[in-house]
Amino acid sequence: MTSLVLRAGRFSARAERRTVVVSSALVVVALALGLLGLCYGAAWATPGEALAALAGQGDSVVVIREWRLPRVTAALVFGAALGVAGAVFQNLTRNALGSPDIIGLDAGAYTGALLVTVLLSGGAATLAAGSIAGGLLAAAAIYLLSWKAGVSGLRLIVIGIAMNAILTALNNWIVLRAELEVAIAMTSWSAGSLNGVDWADITPGLTVLAVLFLLMAALSQAMHQSVLGDEFAASTGVNLNVLRPLVVLVGVGCTATVTAVAGPIVFVALAAPQIGRRLAGAAGVPFVPAALSGAVLLLAADLAAQMLLAPTSLPVGVMTTAVGGTYFIWLLFKETKKS
Amino acid sequence: MKSRLSARNLTLAYGDRVISTELTLDIPDGAFTAVVGANACGKSTLLRSFVRLLAPKEGAVTFDGRDVSRTRPKVLARQVGFLPQAADAPENILVRQLVARGRHPHQTFLSTWSQDDERAVTEAMAAADVTDLADRQVEALSGGQRQRVWVAMVLAQETPYLLLDEPTTYLDIAHQYQLLSLFARLRDEGRTVIAVLHDINQACRYADHLIAMKNGAVIAEGAPSDIVTAPLIEKVFDLPNLVVPDPHTGTPMIVPTI
Repeated sequence: MTSLVLRAGRFSARAERRTVVVSSALVVVALALGLLGLCYGAAWATPGEALAALAGQGDSVVVIREWRLPRVTAALVFGAALGVAGAVFQNLTRNALGSPDIIGLDAGAYTGALLVTVLLSGGAATLAAGSIAGGLLAAAAIYLLSWKAGVSGLRLIVIGIAMNAILTALNNWIVLRAELEVAIAMTSWSAGSLNGVDWADITPGLTVLAVLFLLMAALSQAMHQSVLGDEFAASTGVNLNVLRPLVVLVGVGCTATVTAVAGPIVFVALAAPQIGRRLAGAAGVPFVPAALSGAVLLLAADLAAQMLLAPTSLPVGVMTTAVGGTYFIWLLFKETKKS
Repeated sequence: MKSRLSARNLTLAYGDRVISTELTLDIPDGAFTAVVGANACGKSTLLRSFVRLLAPKEGAVTFDGRDVSRTRPKVLARQVGFLPQAADAPENILVRQLVARGRHPHQTFLSTWSQDDERAVTEAMAAADVTDLADRQVEALSGGQRQRVWVAMVLAQETPYLLLDEPTTYLDIAHQYQLLSLFARLRDEGRTVIAVLHDINQACRYADHLIAMKNGAVIAEGAPSDIVTAPLIEKVFDLPNLVVPDPHTGTPMIVPTI
């Protein structure tokens, strides 16, 4: 295995060749699936037509630019956000099970969103704020409950799984108590779906995610250093007391933003970072392969959800649950055998 | 005695469990200092407070007269390197990648692999004798090889101060002496070495300055040949003993008479 080095003046960077190759391949797959997503619909467009429509030519400009492109963009960016969120918590807990959907952060974000809908009946911004607040509160509760002279990854995960169960029950109770039309809207949203999203739905979310991605890029070196353990991280200049809250904010922010727009889409955050890590053969859980795997995974799942029972479009959360659930059981089996 | 790294009136505790009180120490510059004492006497705790892993309840650790808790972490990490007792490598990491992690305090967002980084890593791997292992996975190495990789990582940090918590654990006797000789060579090149050592005879042989601790307090401090006597060792380790000159180096050698 060799590495590629880039140096120019005061700038320098290095990447493992395999990570570069794998990442490039994932970008190509994501773009190809994206093109497929633009072509697929009630009426198939040829790739040529789809590309022409993107450029603003042909008859199907509205269909492709206003209907299909937002959905494809949402799947790619939200998938990447879920991959990043998963990588954050898997690095923090140093455990493949440490993922926001498993430790109850999706459920917490959903609780926050439900509460603001039922109590405040606000718009998209209130919903997003409630969702992020819910996710952060759930994260704080899990952290405090698992504190015992420091926090161990496994204890945090076990408490998070319990928290997930409690919050899921709470969510069901809120839906049961809500008024009928709210309850119906909430239930279809709870499956996690990209059906019918348009630019107006996703633009605020995309903006928030862009900021979070930049923050994560700035923190990623320190995050990778922290995987060496608290002692080496601290003695090589990582300020863990600053780093940890910030990366938790990024992880929860990514999860909650996606949840606010599309509902809780589970298992992408769990699986994508591990797929990226294995493909790249890398140490720790690297962020770029995690984000790219997440993008490919969610877009593929969304395409499958549209095609499987066409013309009926399934919620993408149903697909990710079906596939990811199997992976989760396998992972649980492997982890319990290990310890 | 010149000293840049000092402890002033430290009270060290894990929660309510107080380890040390009113600890005051100066680490001599450019010397090899060994900290010795029985298990759980507070040696590691003292070292951890030097690298800010444990915030003192009272008092302060100072570097160049500045409280280390007020120093920026990366600035301190360019001065003081630390090898903890037990280190756990991430899965799948290669030796050269792990050693390169020692460069973190020298790197910025836009410069993550400068020529200095590359040179420091190459030199550190050569010094710790792990160059041949560069492309191996760390988890596939033996305990002794792995320990030398961690040492290489700390060396790549290129700090004038090296804090080592029982660096010879897991090593066979030949590798123990090779490693201690490496630290002595680094001392000769001008670095300051502070090591917690279990083997009192190795400490006497290699250290210029010995700190003997018991129940969290320093009970003797100085050159081994000045301070090591049978009564001191009996007091520190509760072990009846004789002190004789080491036949090879002439430094004090402890012979248990239990």
